[in-house]
Amino acid sequence: MSFLEVNHIDVFHGDVQVIFDLSLHVEEGEVVSIIGGNGAGKSTLLKTISGLLEPAAGEILFQGSPIHSQPPETIVERGIIHIPEGRRLFTLMTVKDNLIIGAYNRRADGLKEATLEQVYTLFPRLRERQSQLAMTLSGGEQQMVAIGRGLMALPKILMLDEPSLGLAPLLTKNIFEAVRAIADQGTTVVLVEQDVKHSLGMSDRGYVLEHGRTVMEGPAAELMNDPHIKTAYLGL
Amino acid sequence: MIYLLEDTINGILMGSIYGLTALGLTIIFGVLKVINFAHGSLLMVGMYVAFWAATLSGMNPYVALIVVVPIMYAFGYLLQNTLIKPIFKAEKQVREPITVIIVTTGVWYILDNLCLLIFGPQYRALQNNPLRGKMLEIGGMMLSVPKLWGFVAAMITAGAVYWFFQKTRMGRAIRATSLDREAASLMGINQYKVYNMAFGIGTATAGIAGVALIPFFNVYPSVGVLFDMKGYIIVVLGGLGSIWGAMLGGIIIGLIESVCPQFMTATWTEAIVYALFLAVLFIKPSGLFGVKYDW
Ligand SMILES: Nc1ncnc2c1ncn2[C@@H]1O[C@H](COP(=O)(O)OP(=O)(O)OP(=O)(O)O)[C@@H](O)[C@H]1O
Ligand SMILES: [Mg+2]
Repeated sequence: MSFLEVNHIDVFHGDVQVIFDLSLHVEEGEVVSIIGGNGAGKSTLLKTISGLLEPAAGEILFQGSPIHSQPPETIVERGIIHIPEGRRLFTLMTVKDNLIIGAYNRRADGLKEATLEQVYTLFPRLRERQSQLAMTLSGGEQQMVAIGRGLMALPKILMLDEPSLGLAPLLTKNIFEAVRAIADQGTTVVLVEQDVKHSLGMSDRGYVLEHGRTVMEGPAAELMNDPHIKTAYLGL
Repeated sequence: MIYLLEDTINGILMGSIYGLTALGLTIIFGVLKVINFAHGSLLMVGMYVAFWAATLSGMNPYVALIVVVPIMYAFGYLLQNTLIKPIFKAEKQVREPITVIIVTTGVWYILDNLCLLIFGPQYRALQNNPLRGKMLEIGGMMLSVPKLWGFVAAMITAGAVYWFFQKTRMGRAIRATSLDREAASLMGINQYKVYNMAFGIGTATAGIAGVALIPFFNVYPSVGVLFDMKGYIIVVLGGLGSIWGAMLGGIIIGLIESVCPQFMTATWTEAIVYALFLAVLFIKPSGLFGVKYDW
């Protein structure tokens, strides 16, 4: 039994099928990358795991029990936390309120003061900006808030959708280091990325998605050396 | 000169009560993103509940708040939970589901006619009313005591709602939902519960407005209509979703209504109100004080 198991799911956006008979698994403590081009279905996959979408067929199991027909709030309570693409901060709330709201679930609520300290330790910049409105932050700072907000929920699995989107190379490096630090503390990480080199570089395993199907999977180091990946995603 | 000052103060007092009647409208819009056409009817129900609570128990109308607020909160919560929630669920992908507006219109007709059926068309004035026509004289000015209390109720209510949204766990969840429903779901917030609560809070403020009104205003089944048109203007003036915007929008309307007749025939006041409304829509559609949803 895997920590998280996705078995043969089909997912639709309205009438359009986006994910076809997709299966994957994530073990406790692993860092797993999901890579694929624009429109491959990566975000749709994460939304389905976090309960924003329901699969039309197949099942999703977390710690052995099915979660695919549960609402997002129940899945958050179980410990699967999804940091969405494009950060999706609460723009007119302060940085601190954004972080505190991350700890809304019952599991995290009682520990929020302590978790907040940990987040400020990981991202000292956020402590300086805590009373600023989230909309006034730079892109990199916003991504720190998005990750911090995810951590506030005390994730067992943290799923990040393109955390490096739109960031300068130096900031991208910082964000990946933060994700690495989170993984090193034992949190299981599912990382969706277009920056294949960085993401595979810090992952244990990876899946390659094309047109809503997994076309390749394996240890990250192997994927990095695969000729198809080298030409299609690494541009070598 | 003293008359002008007196009219100004009375305008502010009455205007704050207008603001209070519109508070629920702006709260519900801020969270659900739909105009609640039943809001005038909720105010009417609030007035009846306040009227009967005070009449049957012989309580001071303001003491009746302790029953009016919970009854109205529960009423709004259940109304949203049973009638409106199913539509939100059916139209999950739609940000501003138009069908919800149609349902609130239905609720408006049903409530008004139900009250007509139960209570009849007659105007009811509070009997044993300790505040009837009571005036306070300050430096030659005559101020209405029930409106003074209405002002106090309006400010305390707006302050309390604002505090609740800013400082509590549930309040933050409501704000987050109003800003981004999907992201709020990813925080573990049950958005349908948030809608219920927002509707309950909005309805409770309509109940408080009912309490503020009955000492000097008659109750009858279609009384809501008098206030809902004003309410829409107030919330647009103040900025949809803004709590203090609603209070200030109400005060502006109150001032126009009480001060303008000093200078022109009273029929002009309505024209001025609508002209201001249109001007705001043209020049600053987000409202005079609206930072979109500033709570
Ligand atoms: N809400 C939606 N309604 C309809 N179709 C959608 C919706 N969201 C995504 N799609 C479609 O589903 C497909 C997969 O989209 P998805 O966002 O999952 O891709 P992605 O792999 O995350 O791409 P990107 O790397 O660009 O973020 C795309 O063809 C997209 O057009
Ligand atoms: Mg995507």
